[in-house]
Amino acid sequence: MTTETVNPTALEHAWRVASEVTDPELPMLTLADLGVLRDLRQNDDGTVVVAITPTYSGCPAMATMRDDLVHRLTDAGFESVRVRVQLSPPWTTDSITENGRKALSDNGISPPGEAPRGPIALQLMPTRRAIQCPQCGSGDTEVTSEFGSTACKALYRCRSCREPFDHIKEH
Amino acid sequence: MSEHITQDTEGEHDNAYAGLLGNDAHWAFGTDFEDPLAGVDTTIPDGIDATELAQYCLMLGDDALIYAQRLSEWTSRAPDLEEDIAIANIALDLVGQARLLLARAAAADPSLVPTLPEGSPVPDEDRLAYFRDAGDFRNVRLAEVPNGDFAELVARLLVMSTWRLAILQRLVGHADAVVAAIAAKGVKELAYHRDFAGRWFVTLARGTEESYRRLTDAMRAVWPLIPELTASTEIEVRVGADPAVLADEIGVVLDQVLAVAGMTAPDAPALAGVRGRTGRQGMHSESFSMLLAELQVVARAHPMGRW
Repeated sequence: MTTETVNPTALEHAWRVASEVTDPELPMLTLADLGVLRDLRQNDDGTVVVAITPTYSGCPAMATMRDDLVHRLTDAGFESVRVRVQLSPPWTTDSITENGRKALSDNGISPPGEAPRGPIALQLMPTRRAIQCPQCGSGDTEVTSEFGSTACKALYRCRSCREPFDHIKEH
Repeated sequence: MSEHITQDTEGEHDNAYAGLLGNDAHWAFGTDFEDPLAGVDTTIPDGIDATELAQYCLMLGDDALIYAQRLSEWTSRAPDLEEDIAIANIALDLVGQARLLLARAAAADPSLVPTLPEGSPVPDEDRLAYFRDAGDFRNVRLAEVPNGDFAELVARLLVMSTWRLAILQRLVGHADAVVAAIAAKGVKELAYHRDFAGRWFVTLARGTEESYRRLTDAMRAVWPLIPELTASTEIEVRVGADPAVLADEIGVVLDQVLAVAGMTAPDAPALAGVRGRTGRQGMHSESFSMLLAELQVVARAHPMGRW
């Protein structure tokens, strides 16, 4: 099978539909804004092939993402839709778009800073992040747990307004 | 749905699950466990023996699966809610790595996959996880030994994540693109696990007399299983990252944590194998059969089940 574009307009339409599908855990984010929607092609036989990448190895939302993509594209008139997994390069929070970061912030979730790069050094002190409370904007925040309600989050609280909030871990 | 997993259709309105089962797309994640390597090119690269690659993926996959099972036993039992969530998150990362690695093993050598009745929908990686007997598992024994207290969890997690991180860092450059990709994802996860364990290690060491005493006991239980981690098998040397080569690197990280913590490594002899055989050769400790029973009992009762 080749991956030639059959009809550029249909392909654009398919991309628009796919990029509006939202993440099941973070419904304020589209899969495109989260950076997990990697590629969309149409084969000669008309099959739309969408590539997605997992955030974490054990991300349990992959099956739902796949089902949602298939349903939405099928509803939009694409009869044959296939979702494939793309493992490489691995997902990083740096792939979250500016739009996505704003949507997170607007919904009370603190967006990630820049993901760590280079050699992996042992960190025996708590990760220091300059984080603003997404509720009140105060910079007086503290980590309560490096792990949160889903694989991609850490738990914080604001010392100013006393509200707890989620922070997307730099990954 | 599976023929074994049925629901009472009478009195449907009283059944809290009725609405959930009606729509697969919104039922809890993972109703449809499809191939985690869907669309990934699993061609074996030149110069690599498919059978050996599969065996190697089993080793790394089994380490992750079995250790994740032990970590999962902590759920609802950690000292506080934050640590409970942390341990469950770590276990989830490892289950994810296990799933990809077992799927890779099955794709490389389908003859490894246990046979189930004709028409069984159980995917290959689940067959490997749930339908193999103890002697077919290749995990190191440190992954399987029974849980102790929180100090034991911390000491073991520090050693396991330091060791596995060192291995996966090497595998990022592996000739097999699938193994390389799984490793690249895993490295980021394990670095986070190691930091979590390292911080708690220092906290317990410098905490109270009681936490110091417990950490000392924990090290006596965990350290004798370290030599097995860096005793290489032929398969690891040929198609993987030779753990013997990594022994110094792992030692440096552990020494760094011990120095900050003010602890010294216990002078304990290595836990012997049975006639020279240890976890990598399928020789496991007595508790392993109990662990497997709990892990496998439901799946084995429903070989035609769809989950």
